[in-house]
Amino acid sequence: MAETTILITLAGMALVTYLPRLIPAWVLRDKQLPAFVIAWLRYVPVSVLAALLLPSLLIEGNSINFSARNLYLWAAIPAGLVAWKRKSLFGTVVIGMLVVAIVRWIMR
Amino acid sequence: MPVVLGYLPIGFAYGVLAINAGLSIFQTVLMSIIVYAGSAQLIAVSLFAQAIHPLSIIATTFIVNLRHMLMSAALAPHMRHWKSYQVSLFSFELTDESFGVHSLRFDRGENQPKSTILINLICQFAWVLGSLLGAVAGNLIQDVRPFALDYALPAMFIALLILQIKNHKHLIIALISAGLSLILWQLGATQWHVIIATIIAATLGAGVETWQKQPS
Repeated sequence: MAETTILITLAGMALVTYLPRLIPAWVLRDKQLPAFVIAWLRYVPVSVLAALLLPSLLIEGNSINFSARNLYLWAAIPAGLVAWKRKSLFGTVVIGMLVVAIVRWIMR
Repeated sequence: MPVVLGYLPIGFAYGVLAINAGLSIFQTVLMSIIVYAGSAQLIAVSLFAQAIHPLSIIATTFIVNLRHMLMSAALAPHMRHWKSYQVSLFSFELTDESFGVHSLRFDRGENQPKSTILINLICQFAWVLGSLLGAVAGNLIQDVRPFALDYALPAMFIALLILQIKNHKHLIIALISAGLSLILWQLGATQWHVIIATIIAATLGAGVETWQKQPS
């Protein structure tokens, strides 16, 4: 990708990241959104994270790897347990990466 | 500040991956300064590596970061007496982690703008520093697999998703969205599967919730 294209993409990303963070804090200091919009926004986080997670675990290169040899899938179990029990983003990432690194080291 | 401890290694992983995706050190650090959104940055890096269309990268960033709208809305009442420039500064650095910290602080009545913004600045500094170190190391690390840096993003999704699931409806909508996303990808919508699945699933969730609340 060309240098300018990358910089324009970064600027676009900055804008679409900033506006959702800014507008509610700015506008809602003394107002409320319609009920359906609030309900919709409440379901966006779970929906988008789930839509990102499953392909990130299953897609390897250009195909879906749904087998016992998929390390990403196995490592999701201890990582998920840490997230569920400890409610820790950092702990989950560290445990997930540790499990993947150790298994790769053993199987190399 | 356990939050800072979390920012450094994830920022480092982002930096290494960004360099390996073909970004320069300047672009890598610039993204951490002007975008400042951990999961969105890691996603963007993987999209840059696949040479995905810029509009799709921006749209994905938007939808991934839409969740901050709710956080921003939730904190809004606590900023009633803040000056507009303070709200603008604060919002720029609103992340999942800083939201967690500030919602607890605000509930305790600790909502002074100066200390709140200072905490945010320290957090972003840690993130930018981690990115820079990762970007510099990225030129030395050609293979990220032995360090499992490629697993930073899936692990982050796992944590953020599980922290968001608060009831059965959330779980069902998450499963529908995940399934839809995979099916759409399989059908060939490899650039837009996440966005389409999210819009359908969130609309379904909101529809069911609004319909259930209607007086019969």
